[in-house]
Amino acid sequence: MIRGNNWFSRSFDGFNYVFLTVFALLCLAPMVHIFAVSLSGRAPATAGYVSFWPIDFTLENYQEVMGSRIFLRSFIISVVRVLTGTSLNMVLIILTSYPLSKTPRVFKGRTVFIWFFVFAMLFNGGLIPTFLVVRNLGLLNTLGSLILPNAVPIFSMILMMNFFRDVPKELEESAVIDGASHWKVLWYIYLPLSLPAIATLTLLSAVNHWNAWFDGLIYMTDTANYPMQTFLRTVVVELDLTNVGIDPRDLQRLSDRAIRGAQIIVATVPILIVYPFLQRYFISGIKLGAVKE
Amino acid sequence: MTFKQYMKRAWPLYVMIAPGLIFVLLFRYYPMYGVVIAFQDFSPAKGFLNSPWVGWENFEFLFSLPEFNRILGNTLIIAIAKIVSDQIGAIILALLLNEARIILFRRTIQTLIYLPFFLSWIVLGGILLDILAPHGILNQAIGVFGAPPQLFLGSNSWFRGTMILSGFWKNVGFSTIIYLAALTAINPVLHEAAAIDGAGRFRRIWHITLPGIRPTIVLLAALSLGDVLEAGFEQILTLYSPAVYRTGDIIDTNVYRVGLVSAQYSLAGAVGLFKSFISFILIVLSYYLADRYAGYRIL
Repeated sequence: MIRGNNWFSRSFDGFNYVFLTVFALLCLAPMVHIFAVSLSGRAPATAGYVSFWPIDFTLENYQEVMGSRIFLRSFIISVVRVLTGTSLNMVLIILTSYPLSKTPRVFKGRTVFIWFFVFAMLFNGGLIPTFLVVRNLGLLNTLGSLILPNAVPIFSMILMMNFFRDVPKELEESAVIDGASHWKVLWYIYLPLSLPAIATLTLLSAVNHWNAWFDGLIYMTDTANYPMQTFLRTVVVELDLTNVGIDPRDLQRLSDRAIRGAQIIVATVPILIVYPFLQRYFISGIKLGAVKE
Repeated sequence: MTFKQYMKRAWPLYVMIAPGLIFVLLFRYYPMYGVVIAFQDFSPAKGFLNSPWVGWENFEFLFSLPEFNRILGNTLIIAIAKIVSDQIGAIILALLLNEARIILFRRTIQTLIYLPFFLSWIVLGGILLDILAPHGILNQAIGVFGAPPQLFLGSNSWFRGTMILSGFWKNVGFSTIIYLAALTAINPVLHEAAAIDGAGRFRRIWHITLPGIRPTIVLLAALSLGDVLEAGFEQILTLYSPAVYRTGDIIDTNVYRVGLVSAQYSLAGAVGLFKSFISFILIVLSYYLADRYAGYRIL
Protein backbone atom coordinates (compact mmCIF):
# COMPACT_ATOMS: atom_id res chain seq x y z
CA MET A 1 0.00 0.00 0.00
CA ILE A 2 1.06 3.48 -0.77
CA ARG A 3 1.02 6.02 1.94
CA GLY A 4 1.09 9.77 1.95
CA ASN A 5 4.15 11.41 3.41
CA ASN A 6 2.99 14.95 3.85
CA TRP A 7 2.40 16.32 7.33
CA PHE A 8 -1.37 16.36 6.86
CA SER A 9 -1.52 12.68 6.10
CA ARG A 10 0.78 11.86 9.00
CA SER A 11 -1.18 13.92 11.47
CA PHE A 12 -4.34 12.20 10.26
CA ASP A 13 -2.67 8.88 11.07
CA GLY A 14 -1.88 10.14 14.54
CA PHE A 15 -5.42 11.34 15.05
CA ASN A 16 -6.80 8.06 13.72
CA TYR A 17 -4.79 5.88 16.12
CA VAL A 18 -5.71 8.06 19.09
CA PHE A 19 -9.38 8.21 18.13
CA LEU A 20 -9.75 4.45 17.62
CA THR A 21 -7.92 3.72 20.87
CA VAL A 22 -10.12 6.09 22.85
CA PHE A 23 -13.27 4.73 21.21
CA ALA A 24 -12.35 1.12 21.97
CA LEU A 25 -11.48 1.98 25.56
CA LEU A 26 -14.82 3.76 25.96
CA CYS A 27 -16.59 0.63 24.70
CA LEU A 28 -14.72 -1.45 27.24
CA ALA A 29 -14.73 0.96 30.19
CA PRO A 30 -18.19 0.07 31.59
CA MET A 31 -17.26 -3.61 31.80
CA VAL A 32 -13.90 -2.89 33.42
CA HIS A 33 -15.65 -0.67 35.95
CA ILE A 34 -18.14 -3.40 36.93
CA PHE A 35 -15.30 -5.91 37.14
CA ALA A 36 -13.40 -3.60 39.49
CA VAL A 37 -16.50 -3.06 41.64
CA SER A 38 -17.09 -6.82 41.84
CA LEU A 39 -13.63 -7.26 43.36
CA SER A 40 -13.99 -4.44 45.88
CA GLY A 41 -14.89 -4.40 49.55
CA ARG A 42 -18.16 -3.19 50.98
CA ALA A 43 -17.33 0.39 51.92
CA PRO A 44 -15.63 1.60 48.73
CA ALA A 45 -18.14 -0.19 46.46
CA THR A 46 -21.17 1.23 48.25
CA ALA A 47 -19.74 4.72 48.50
CA GLY A 48 -18.85 4.72 44.81
CA TYR A 49 -15.10 5.23 45.22
CA VAL A 50 -14.17 2.47 42.80
CA SER A 51 -13.38 3.50 39.24
CA PHE A 52 -11.30 1.08 37.17
CA TRP A 53 -9.24 -0.65 39.85
CA PRO A 54 -10.58 -2.61 42.83
CA ILE A 55 -10.30 -1.03 46.29
CA ASP A 56 -9.96 -3.30 49.36
CA PHE A 57 -9.49 -6.23 47.00
CA THR A 58 -11.61 -9.24 47.92
CA LEU A 59 -12.92 -12.41 46.29
CA GLU A 60 -15.71 -12.73 48.82
CA ASN A 61 -18.35 -11.37 46.42
CA TYR A 62 -17.62 -14.25 44.07
CA GLN A 63 -17.61 -16.77 46.92
CA GLU A 64 -21.00 -15.46 47.94
CA VAL A 65 -22.41 -15.72 44.41
CA MET A 66 -21.04 -19.18 43.77
CA GLY A 67 -22.24 -20.30 47.19
CA SER A 68 -25.84 -19.34 46.42
CA ARG A 69 -27.80 -22.47 45.57
CA ILE A 70 -30.42 -20.56 43.59
CA PHE A 71 -27.75 -18.94 41.47
CA LEU A 72 -26.01 -22.26 40.83
CA ARG A 73 -29.31 -23.91 39.95
CA SER A 74 -30.11 -21.25 37.34
CA PHE A 75 -26.57 -21.61 36.00
CA ILE A 76 -27.08 -25.37 35.59
CA ILE A 77 -30.49 -24.85 33.95
CA SER A 78 -28.80 -22.56 31.43
CA VAL A 79 -26.01 -25.05 30.74
CA VAL A 80 -28.54 -27.84 30.15
CA ARG A 81 -30.53 -25.49 27.94
CA VAL A 82 -27.49 -24.60 25.84
CA LEU A 83 -26.48 -28.25 25.39
CA THR A 84 -29.92 -29.63 24.51
CA GLY A 85 -31.17 -26.55 22.65
CA THR A 86 -28.07 -26.22 20.49
CA SER A 87 -28.03 -29.95 19.65
CA LEU A 88 -31.69 -29.85 18.68
CA ASN A 89 -31.13 -26.70 16.58
CA MET A 90 -28.20 -28.22 14.71
CA VAL A 91 -29.86 -31.58 14.01
CA LEU A 92 -32.95 -29.84 12.64
CA ILE A 93 -30.98 -27.23 10.68
CA ILE A 94 -28.95 -29.94 8.94
CA LEU A 95 -31.85 -32.33 8.32
CA THR A 96 -34.10 -29.58 6.98
CA SER A 97 -31.57 -27.78 4.82
CA TYR A 98 -30.31 -30.90 3.06
CA PRO A 99 -33.51 -31.68 1.13
CA LEU A 100 -34.10 -27.97 0.49
CA SER A 101 -30.65 -27.65 -1.10
CA LYS A 102 -31.74 -30.06 -3.85
CA THR A 103 -33.32 -29.02 -7.13
CA PRO A 104 -37.12 -29.42 -7.48
CA ARG A 105 -36.41 -32.27 -9.87
CA VAL A 106 -34.57 -34.29 -7.24
CA PHE A 107 -36.83 -33.17 -4.39
CA LYS A 108 -40.37 -32.73 -5.64
CA GLY A 109 -42.28 -30.06 -3.74
CA ARG A 110 -39.12 -28.15 -2.85
CA THR A 111 -40.61 -24.83 -3.97
CA VAL A 112 -43.65 -25.24 -1.75
CA PHE A 113 -41.54 -26.29 1.22
CA ILE A 114 -39.09 -23.41 0.91
CA TRP A 115 -41.91 -20.84 0.85
CA PHE A 116 -43.50 -22.59 3.78
CA PHE A 117 -40.34 -21.83 5.79
CA VAL A 118 -39.69 -18.36 4.39
CA PHE A 119 -43.22 -17.20 5.12
CA ALA A 120 -42.89 -18.47 8.69
CA MET A 121 -39.71 -16.42 9.01
CA LEU A 122 -41.28 -13.20 7.69
CA PHE A 123 -44.63 -13.29 9.44
CA ASN A 124 -45.35 -14.32 12.98
CA GLY A 125 -48.43 -14.57 15.10
CA GLY A 126 -46.90 -12.33 17.72
CA LEU A 127 -46.17 -12.65 21.39
CA ILE A 128 -49.62 -13.36 22.79
CA PRO A 129 -50.77 -16.14 20.41
CA THR A 130 -47.37 -17.83 20.69
CA PHE A 131 -47.57 -17.70 24.46
CA LEU A 132 -51.07 -19.19 24.42
CA VAL A 133 -49.94 -22.04 22.15
CA VAL A 134 -46.99 -22.89 24.37
CA ARG A 135 -49.27 -22.82 27.38
CA ASN A 136 -51.94 -24.97 25.71
CA LEU A 137 -49.32 -27.57 24.87
CA GLY A 138 -48.57 -27.84 28.57
CA LEU A 139 -45.01 -26.64 28.18
CA LEU A 140 -45.01 -23.94 30.86
CA ASN A 141 -42.29 -24.54 33.44
CA THR A 142 -40.53 -27.14 31.32
CA LEU A 143 -37.25 -27.08 29.45
CA GLY A 144 -39.33 -27.68 26.32
CA SER A 145 -40.75 -24.15 26.42
CA LEU A 146 -37.20 -22.80 26.06
CA ILE A 147 -35.92 -25.04 23.29
CA LEU A 148 -38.94 -26.18 21.24
CA PRO A 149 -40.58 -22.94 19.99
CA ASN A 150 -37.45 -21.92 18.11
CA ALA A 151 -36.18 -25.42 17.38
CA VAL A 152 -35.77 -24.54 13.68
CA PRO A 153 -33.99 -21.16 13.39
CA ILE A 154 -35.09 -20.44 9.85
CA PHE A 155 -32.50 -17.85 8.91
CA SER A 156 -29.67 -20.17 10.03
CA MET A 157 -31.29 -22.96 8.06
CA ILE A 158 -31.24 -20.81 4.92
CA LEU A 159 -27.53 -20.04 5.44
CA MET A 160 -26.86 -23.77 5.80
CA MET A 161 -28.89 -24.53 2.70
CA ASN A 162 -26.89 -21.98 0.68
CA PHE A 163 -23.70 -23.58 1.97
CA PHE A 164 -24.90 -27.07 0.98
CA ARG A 165 -25.69 -25.82 -2.50
CA ASP A 166 -22.02 -24.98 -3.04
CA VAL A 167 -20.89 -28.56 -2.38
CA PRO A 168 -19.45 -29.83 -5.69
CA LYS A 169 -22.04 -31.93 -7.47
CA GLU A 170 -19.44 -34.34 -8.94
CA LEU A 171 -18.68 -35.77 -5.50
CA GLU A 172 -22.31 -36.53 -4.89
CA GLU A 173 -22.87 -38.00 -8.34
CA SER A 174 -19.99 -40.43 -8.07
CA ALA A 175 -21.22 -41.56 -4.63
CA VAL A 176 -24.73 -42.07 -6.00
CA ILE A 177 -23.36 -44.19 -8.83
CA ASP A 178 -21.71 -46.33 -6.17
CA GLY A 179 -25.13 -46.81 -4.63
CA ALA A 180 -25.04 -44.32 -1.74
CA SER A 181 -28.41 -43.26 -0.30
CA HIS A 182 -29.26 -39.67 0.65
CA TRP A 183 -28.40 -40.52 4.26
CA LYS A 184 -24.90 -41.60 3.26
CA VAL A 185 -24.41 -38.63 0.95
CA LEU A 186 -25.38 -36.24 3.77
CA TRP A 187 -23.21 -38.00 6.34
CA TYR A 188 -20.08 -38.76 4.31
CA ILE A 189 -20.00 -35.90 1.80
CA TYR A 190 -22.02 -32.87 2.90
CA LEU A 191 -21.20 -32.83 6.60
CA PRO A 192 -17.38 -33.12 6.34
CA LEU A 193 -17.35 -30.37 3.71
CA SER A 194 -19.54 -28.05 5.75
CA LEU A 195 -17.66 -27.98 9.03
CA PRO A 196 -16.95 -24.21 8.97
CA ALA A 197 -20.64 -23.42 8.48
CA ILE A 198 -21.63 -25.95 11.14
CA ALA A 199 -19.14 -24.45 13.61
CA THR A 200 -20.46 -20.96 12.95
CA LEU A 201 -24.10 -21.87 13.34
CA THR A 202 -23.41 -23.98 16.44
CA LEU A 203 -21.72 -21.04 18.15
CA LEU A 204 -24.49 -18.69 17.10
CA SER A 205 -27.13 -21.04 18.46
CA ALA A 206 -25.25 -21.62 21.72
CA VAL A 207 -24.75 -17.88 22.33
CA ASN A 208 -28.42 -17.23 21.61
CA HIS A 209 -29.49 -19.89 24.08
CA TRP A 210 -27.11 -18.64 26.73
CA ASN A 211 -28.23 -15.03 26.34
CA ALA A 212 -31.97 -15.66 26.05
CA TRP A 213 -34.00 -14.48 29.03
CA PHE A 214 -37.39 -13.24 27.85
CA ASP A 215 -38.78 -16.72 27.13
CA GLY A 216 -37.71 -17.77 30.62
CA LEU A 217 -39.55 -14.79 32.04
CA ILE A 218 -42.87 -15.56 30.36
CA TYR A 219 -42.83 -19.38 30.21
CA MET A 220 -41.47 -20.08 33.68
CA THR A 221 -44.17 -19.14 36.13
CA ASP A 222 -42.17 -20.73 38.95
CA THR A 223 -39.05 -18.62 39.49
CA ALA A 224 -37.16 -21.73 40.63
CA ASN A 225 -37.07 -22.76 36.94
CA TYR A 226 -35.48 -19.54 35.72
CA PRO A 227 -32.45 -19.92 33.50
CA MET A 228 -29.46 -17.82 34.50
CA GLN A 229 -30.11 -14.66 32.48
CA THR A 230 -33.74 -14.51 33.60
CA PHE A 231 -32.64 -15.02 37.17
CA LEU A 232 -30.04 -12.30 36.72
CA ARG A 233 -32.81 -9.97 35.63
CA THR A 234 -34.55 -10.20 38.99
CA VAL A 235 -31.27 -9.35 40.69
CA VAL A 236 -29.68 -6.66 38.56
CA VAL A 237 -32.74 -5.05 36.97
CA GLU A 238 -35.45 -5.41 39.57
CA LEU A 239 -32.81 -5.05 42.30
CA ASP A 240 -34.49 -7.78 44.27
CA LEU A 241 -31.99 -9.43 46.59
CA THR A 242 -34.51 -10.90 49.00
CA ASN A 243 -35.20 -14.11 47.19
CA VAL A 244 -31.87 -14.98 45.63
CA GLY A 245 -30.23 -17.10 48.27
CA ILE A 246 -27.89 -14.47 49.66
CA ASP A 247 -27.63 -14.62 53.42
CA PRO A 248 -28.81 -11.22 54.76
CA ARG A 249 -26.06 -11.36 57.37
CA ASP A 250 -23.48 -11.43 54.60
CA LEU A 251 -24.85 -8.16 53.25
CA GLN A 252 -23.53 -6.45 56.36
CA ARG A 253 -20.09 -7.47 55.26
CA LEU A 254 -20.47 -7.14 51.49
CA SER A 255 -21.90 -4.56 49.15
CA ASP A 256 -25.00 -5.61 47.23
CA ARG A 257 -23.66 -3.57 44.36
CA ALA A 258 -20.45 -5.61 44.29
CA ILE A 259 -22.42 -8.87 44.47
CA ARG A 260 -24.52 -7.80 41.48
CA GLY A 261 -21.28 -6.98 39.69
CA ALA A 262 -19.92 -10.43 40.45
CA GLN A 263 -23.10 -12.04 39.10
CA ILE A 264 -22.85 -10.02 35.91
CA ILE A 265 -19.24 -11.10 35.45
CA VAL A 266 -20.00 -14.78 36.10
CA ALA A 267 -22.77 -14.64 33.47
CA THR A 268 -20.29 -13.14 31.01
CA VAL A 269 -17.41 -15.58 31.51
CA PRO A 270 -18.81 -18.35 29.27
CA ILE A 271 -19.11 -15.86 26.42
CA LEU A 272 -15.54 -14.70 26.99
CA ILE A 273 -14.33 -18.30 26.86
CA VAL A 274 -15.84 -18.95 23.42
CA TYR A 275 -15.16 -15.40 22.22
CA PRO A 276 -11.95 -16.17 20.30
CA PHE A 277 -13.77 -18.88 18.33
CA LEU A 278 -16.82 -16.70 17.94
CA GLN A 279 -14.74 -13.98 16.38
CA ARG A 280 -12.97 -16.25 13.95
CA TYR A 281 -15.88 -18.32 12.67
CA PHE A 282 -18.73 -15.97 13.20
CA ILE A 283 -17.20 -13.15 11.26
CA SER A 284 -16.52 -15.30 8.21
CA GLY A 285 -20.01 -16.76 8.60
CA ILE A 286 -21.61 -13.32 8.70
CA LYS A 287 -19.76 -12.28 5.58
CA LEU A 288 -20.96 -15.45 3.94
CA GLY A 289 -24.57 -14.74 4.80
CA ALA A 290 -24.52 -11.03 4.21
CA VAL A 291 -22.86 -10.68 0.86
CA LYS A 292 -23.99 -13.91 -0.71
CA GLU A 293 -25.41 -13.12 -4.11
CA MET B 1 -40.19 -42.38 -13.97
CA THR B 2 -43.08 -43.62 -11.92
CA PHE B 3 -43.92 -42.31 -8.49
CA LYS B 4 -42.74 -45.57 -6.97
CA GLN B 5 -39.37 -45.37 -8.70
CA TYR B 6 -39.01 -41.74 -7.63
CA MET B 7 -39.87 -42.50 -4.01
CA LYS B 8 -37.50 -45.44 -3.89
CA ARG B 9 -34.60 -43.01 -3.95
CA ALA B 10 -36.21 -39.80 -2.62
CA TRP B 11 -38.09 -41.01 0.47
CA PRO B 12 -35.27 -40.06 2.90
CA LEU B 13 -35.61 -36.43 1.81
CA TYR B 14 -39.19 -36.37 3.09
CA VAL B 15 -38.22 -38.10 6.31
CA MET B 16 -35.48 -35.52 6.84
CA ILE B 17 -37.71 -32.51 6.36
CA ALA B 18 -40.61 -33.88 8.42
CA PRO B 19 -39.40 -32.94 11.93
CA GLY B 20 -38.63 -29.37 10.83
CA LEU B 21 -42.04 -29.09 9.19
CA ILE B 22 -43.79 -30.27 12.32
CA PHE B 23 -41.97 -27.81 14.58
CA VAL B 24 -42.64 -24.88 12.27
CA LEU B 25 -46.26 -25.89 11.84
CA LEU B 26 -46.76 -26.15 15.58
CA PHE B 27 -44.86 -23.10 16.80
CA ARG B 28 -45.05 -20.69 13.86
CA TYR B 29 -48.24 -21.48 11.92
CA TYR B 30 -50.51 -22.54 14.77
CA PRO B 31 -49.86 -19.18 16.55
CA MET B 32 -50.70 -17.44 13.27
CA TYR B 33 -54.13 -18.96 13.62
CA GLY B 34 -54.10 -17.49 17.10
CA VAL B 35 -54.20 -13.97 15.67
CA VAL B 36 -57.97 -14.47 15.53
CA ILE B 37 -58.00 -13.33 19.17
CA ALA B 38 -57.55 -9.81 17.81
CA PHE B 39 -61.06 -10.11 16.36
CA GLN B 40 -62.56 -11.76 19.43
CA ASP B 41 -63.34 -10.93 22.99
CA PHE B 42 -60.94 -13.67 23.96
CA SER B 43 -60.97 -15.45 27.26
CA PRO B 44 -58.54 -18.30 27.90
CA ALA B 45 -61.28 -20.42 29.47
CA LYS B 46 -63.28 -20.43 26.22
CA GLY B 47 -60.27 -20.73 23.92
CA PHE B 48 -59.77 -19.70 20.30
CA LEU B 49 -62.85 -21.56 19.11
CA ASN B 50 -65.55 -20.46 21.53
CA SER B 51 -64.70 -16.85 22.35
CA PRO B 52 -67.26 -14.39 20.93
CA TRP B 53 -66.38 -12.55 17.71
CA VAL B 54 -66.32 -8.76 17.80
CA GLY B 55 -65.10 -7.83 14.32
CA TRP B 56 -62.87 -4.78 14.16
CA GLU B 57 -63.89 -3.52 17.59
CA ASN B 58 -60.50 -4.11 19.21
CA PHE B 59 -58.78 -2.20 16.42
CA GLU B 60 -61.25 0.68 16.58
CA PHE B 61 -60.68 0.91 20.32
CA LEU B 62 -56.92 0.66 19.83
CA PHE B 63 -56.69 3.41 17.20
CA SER B 64 -58.81 5.70 19.37
CA LEU B 65 -56.45 5.37 22.33
CA PRO B 66 -54.19 8.41 22.75
CA GLU B 67 -51.39 6.09 23.88
CA PHE B 68 -51.45 4.29 20.54
CA ASN B 69 -49.97 7.32 18.75
CA ARG B 70 -47.45 7.62 21.55
CA ILE B 71 -46.14 4.06 21.32
CA LEU B 72 -46.07 4.15 17.53
CA GLY B 73 -44.18 7.45 17.59
CA ASN B 74 -41.70 6.23 20.21
CA THR B 75 -41.11 3.05 18.24
CA LEU B 76 -40.43 4.89 14.98
CA ILE B 77 -38.24 7.60 16.53
CA ILE B 78 -36.04 5.20 18.49
CA ALA B 79 -35.79 2.62 15.71
CA ILE B 80 -34.95 5.08 12.94
CA ALA B 81 -32.43 6.97 15.07
CA LYS B 82 -30.76 3.66 15.86
CA ILE B 83 -30.61 2.55 12.23
CA VAL B 84 -29.15 5.86 11.05
CA SER B 85 -26.57 6.22 13.85
CA ASP B 86 -25.55 2.58 13.59
CA GLN B 87 -24.98 2.69 9.83
CA ILE B 88 -23.16 6.01 9.78
CA GLY B 89 -21.05 5.01 12.77
CA ALA B 90 -20.21 1.68 11.15
CA ILE B 91 -19.12 3.30 7.87
CA ILE B 92 -16.89 5.83 9.64
CA LEU B 93 -15.36 3.19 11.91
CA ALA B 94 -14.73 0.84 9.01
CA LEU B 95 -13.02 3.61 7.02
CA LEU B 96 -10.85 4.59 9.99
CA LEU B 97 -9.95 0.97 10.76
CA ASN B 98 -9.09 0.49 7.12
CA GLU B 99 -6.70 3.45 7.26
CA ALA B 100 -4.89 2.09 10.33
CA ARG B 101 -2.07 0.11 8.78
CA ILE B 102 -0.75 -1.74 11.84
CA ILE B 103 -2.50 -5.10 11.64
CA LEU B 104 -2.10 -5.97 15.32
CA PHE B 105 -3.58 -2.61 16.33
CA ARG B 106 -6.53 -3.12 14.02
CA ARG B 107 -7.24 -6.61 15.30
CA THR B 108 -7.08 -5.48 18.91
CA ILE B 109 -9.48 -2.60 18.35
CA GLN B 110 -11.90 -4.85 16.47
CA THR B 111 -11.82 -7.47 19.22
CA LEU B 112 -12.69 -4.83 21.81
CA ILE B 113 -15.53 -3.18 19.91
CA TYR B 114 -17.26 -6.41 18.87
CA LEU B 115 -17.54 -7.72 22.41
CA PRO B 116 -20.77 -5.98 23.59
CA PHE B 117 -22.62 -7.50 20.64
CA PHE B 118 -22.28 -10.98 22.15
CA LEU B 119 -23.56 -10.02 25.60
CA SER B 120 -27.24 -10.12 26.54
CA TRP B 121 -29.29 -7.03 27.33
CA ILE B 122 -29.54 -8.32 30.87
CA VAL B 123 -25.76 -8.19 31.30
CA LEU B 124 -25.43 -4.87 29.46
CA GLY B 125 -28.54 -3.54 31.23
CA GLY B 126 -27.11 -4.47 34.62
CA ILE B 127 -23.92 -2.63 33.73
CA LEU B 128 -25.83 0.42 32.46
CA LEU B 129 -28.11 0.57 35.50
CA ASP B 130 -25.00 0.70 37.66
CA ILE B 131 -22.93 3.25 35.73
CA LEU B 132 -25.91 5.52 34.90
CA ALA B 133 -27.33 5.55 38.44
CA PRO B 134 -27.65 8.97 40.16
CA HIS B 135 -24.44 8.23 42.10
CA GLY B 136 -22.93 6.06 39.37
CA ILE B 137 -19.58 6.60 37.75
CA LEU B 138 -20.90 8.66 34.84
CA ASN B 139 -22.64 11.18 37.09
CA GLN B 140 -19.48 11.35 39.19
CA ALA B 141 -17.51 12.06 36.04
CA ILE B 142 -19.75 14.87 34.83
CA GLY B 143 -19.84 16.17 38.42
CA VAL B 144 -16.15 16.90 38.09
CA PHE B 145 -17.09 19.50 35.50
CA GLY B 146 -19.71 20.96 37.81
CA ALA B 147 -22.76 19.46 36.10
CA PRO B 148 -25.63 18.31 38.33
CA PRO B 149 -26.44 14.57 38.37
CA GLN B 150 -28.74 13.47 35.55
CA LEU B 151 -31.38 10.72 35.52
CA PHE B 152 -30.21 9.08 32.30
CA LEU B 153 -32.74 6.26 32.59
CA GLY B 154 -35.43 7.92 34.67
CA SER B 155 -36.15 11.18 32.87
CA ASN B 156 -38.05 11.70 29.66
CA SER B 157 -35.48 14.14 28.33
CA TRP B 158 -32.70 11.55 28.48
CA PHE B 159 -34.32 8.16 28.00
CA ARG B 160 -34.46 7.96 24.20
CA GLY B 161 -30.94 9.31 23.87
CA THR B 162 -29.70 6.71 26.34
CA MET B 163 -31.44 3.93 24.41
CA ILE B 164 -29.99 5.11 21.09
CA LEU B 165 -26.47 5.49 22.46
CA SER B 166 -26.46 2.19 24.35
CA GLY B 167 -27.87 0.44 21.28
CA PHE B 168 -25.00 1.98 19.34
CA TRP B 169 -22.56 0.64 21.94
CA LYS B 170 -23.87 -2.91 21.59
CA ASN B 171 -24.21 -3.05 17.82
CA VAL B 172 -21.88 -0.67 16.02
CA GLY B 173 -18.72 -2.76 16.29
CA PHE B 174 -20.45 -5.69 14.74
CA SER B 175 -22.03 -3.62 12.00
CA THR B 176 -18.57 -2.56 10.86
CA ILE B 177 -17.75 -6.17 9.92
CA ILE B 178 -19.78 -6.12 6.75
CA TYR B 179 -18.23 -2.82 5.64
CA LEU B 180 -14.72 -4.08 6.45
CA ALA B 181 -15.42 -7.13 4.30
CA ALA B 182 -16.51 -4.87 1.45
CA LEU B 183 -13.39 -2.72 1.88
CA THR B 184 -11.01 -5.68 1.58
CA ALA B 185 -12.66 -6.52 -1.73
CA ILE B 186 -11.53 -3.23 -3.30
CA ASN B 187 -8.68 -3.83 -5.72
CA PRO B 188 -5.47 -2.17 -4.35
CA VAL B 189 -4.38 -1.49 -7.93
CA LEU B 190 -7.00 1.26 -8.08
CA HIS B 191 -5.35 2.99 -5.13
CA GLU B 192 -1.89 2.62 -6.65
CA ALA B 193 -2.97 3.98 -10.02
CA ALA B 194 -4.69 6.94 -8.39
CA ALA B 195 -1.63 7.64 -6.25
CA ILE B 196 0.61 7.66 -9.31
CA ASP B 197 -1.77 10.14 -10.91
CA GLY B 198 -1.21 12.34 -7.89
CA ALA B 199 -4.38 11.72 -5.92
CA GLY B 200 -3.88 12.40 -2.22
CA ARG B 201 -5.14 10.20 0.55
CA PHE B 202 -8.50 11.89 1.05
CA ARG B 203 -9.16 12.05 -2.66
CA ARG B 204 -8.58 8.33 -2.84
CA ILE B 205 -10.98 7.69 0.06
CA TRP B 206 -13.58 9.86 -1.64
CA HIS B 207 -13.20 8.57 -5.18
CA ILE B 208 -12.19 4.93 -4.67
CA THR B 209 -13.00 3.62 -1.20
CA LEU B 210 -16.46 5.14 -0.81
CA PRO B 211 -17.71 4.21 -4.29
CA GLY B 212 -16.26 0.74 -3.62
CA ILE B 213 -18.56 0.18 -0.65
CA ARG B 214 -21.55 1.94 -2.19
CA PRO B 215 -23.34 -1.33 -3.11
CA THR B 216 -23.00 -2.47 0.50
CA ILE B 217 -24.40 0.83 1.77
CA VAL B 218 -27.37 0.54 -0.59
CA LEU B 219 -27.94 -3.07 0.42
CA LEU B 220 -27.93 -2.37 4.16
CA ALA B 221 -30.10 0.71 3.71
CA ALA B 222 -32.67 -1.40 1.83
CA LEU B 223 -32.60 -4.19 4.39
CA SER B 224 -32.88 -1.78 7.32
CA LEU B 225 -36.34 -0.81 6.10
CA GLY B 226 -37.52 -4.06 7.64
CA ASP B 227 -36.35 -2.86 11.05
CA VAL B 228 -38.18 0.46 11.42
CA LEU B 229 -40.60 -1.07 13.91
CA GLU B 230 -37.82 -2.84 15.84
CA ALA B 231 -36.87 -0.32 18.48
CA GLY B 232 -35.17 -2.87 20.73
CA PHE B 233 -37.67 -4.80 22.86
CA GLU B 234 -35.22 -6.59 25.16
CA GLN B 235 -33.20 -3.44 25.74
CA ILE B 236 -36.17 -1.22 26.60
CA LEU B 237 -37.94 -3.85 28.69
CA THR B 238 -34.74 -4.13 30.72
CA LEU B 239 -34.11 -0.43 31.18
CA TYR B 240 -37.40 1.45 31.18
CA SER B 241 -39.70 2.32 34.09
CA PRO B 242 -43.18 3.89 34.43
CA ALA B 243 -41.54 7.33 34.73
CA VAL B 244 -40.40 7.16 31.09
CA TYR B 245 -43.41 5.49 29.43
CA ARG B 246 -44.15 8.82 27.71
CA THR B 247 -40.93 8.71 25.67
CA GLY B 248 -39.82 5.11 25.99
CA ASP B 249 -42.84 2.81 25.73
CA ILE B 250 -42.76 1.03 22.36
CA ILE B 251 -45.18 -1.33 20.62
CA ASP B 252 -43.51 -4.50 21.88
CA THR B 253 -43.26 -3.44 25.51
CA ASN B 254 -46.87 -2.28 25.37
CA VAL B 255 -48.04 -5.66 24.03
CA TYR B 256 -46.12 -7.37 26.80
CA ARG B 257 -47.65 -5.23 29.56
CA VAL B 258 -51.20 -5.15 28.23
CA GLY B 259 -51.25 -8.81 27.22
CA LEU B 260 -49.16 -10.80 29.63
CA VAL B 261 -49.06 -8.59 32.70
CA SER B 262 -52.66 -7.34 32.71
CA ALA B 263 -54.06 -10.27 30.65
CA GLN B 264 -56.04 -8.16 28.12
CA TYR B 265 -55.27 -10.75 25.47
CA SER B 266 -57.48 -9.42 22.70
CA LEU B 267 -56.27 -5.83 22.88
CA ALA B 268 -52.64 -6.94 23.00
CA GLY B 269 -53.33 -9.39 20.19
CA ALA B 270 -54.64 -6.50 18.08
CA VAL B 271 -51.53 -4.42 18.73
CA GLY B 272 -49.33 -7.42 17.97
CA LEU B 273 -51.17 -8.21 14.74
CA PHE B 274 -50.95 -4.57 13.66
CA LYS B 275 -47.19 -4.73 14.11
CA SER B 276 -46.74 -8.16 12.48
CA PHE B 277 -48.76 -7.02 9.48
CA ILE B 278 -46.86 -3.76 8.93
CA SER B 279 -43.52 -5.50 9.57
CA PHE B 280 -44.34 -8.19 7.04
CA ILE B 281 -45.04 -5.61 4.35
CA LEU B 282 -41.88 -3.69 5.21
CA ILE B 283 -39.66 -6.79 5.18
CA VAL B 284 -41.02 -7.99 1.85
CA LEU B 285 -40.50 -4.49 0.45
CA SER B 286 -36.95 -4.35 1.84
CA TYR B 287 -36.07 -7.71 0.27
CA TYR B 288 -37.53 -6.52 -3.01
CA LEU B 289 -35.47 -3.32 -2.92
CA ALA B 290 -32.34 -5.20 -1.87
CA ASP B 291 -32.79 -7.54 -4.81
CA ARG B 292 -33.60 -4.73 -7.24
CA TYR B 293 -30.82 -2.32 -6.27
CA ALA B 294 -28.10 -4.48 -4.76
CA GLY B 295 -28.62 -7.91 -6.30
CA TYR B 296 -29.14 -9.50 -2.88
CA ARG B 297 -31.14 -12.67 -2.50
CA ILE B 298 -31.45 -14.80 0.56
CA LEU B 299 -32.54 -17.85 -1.38
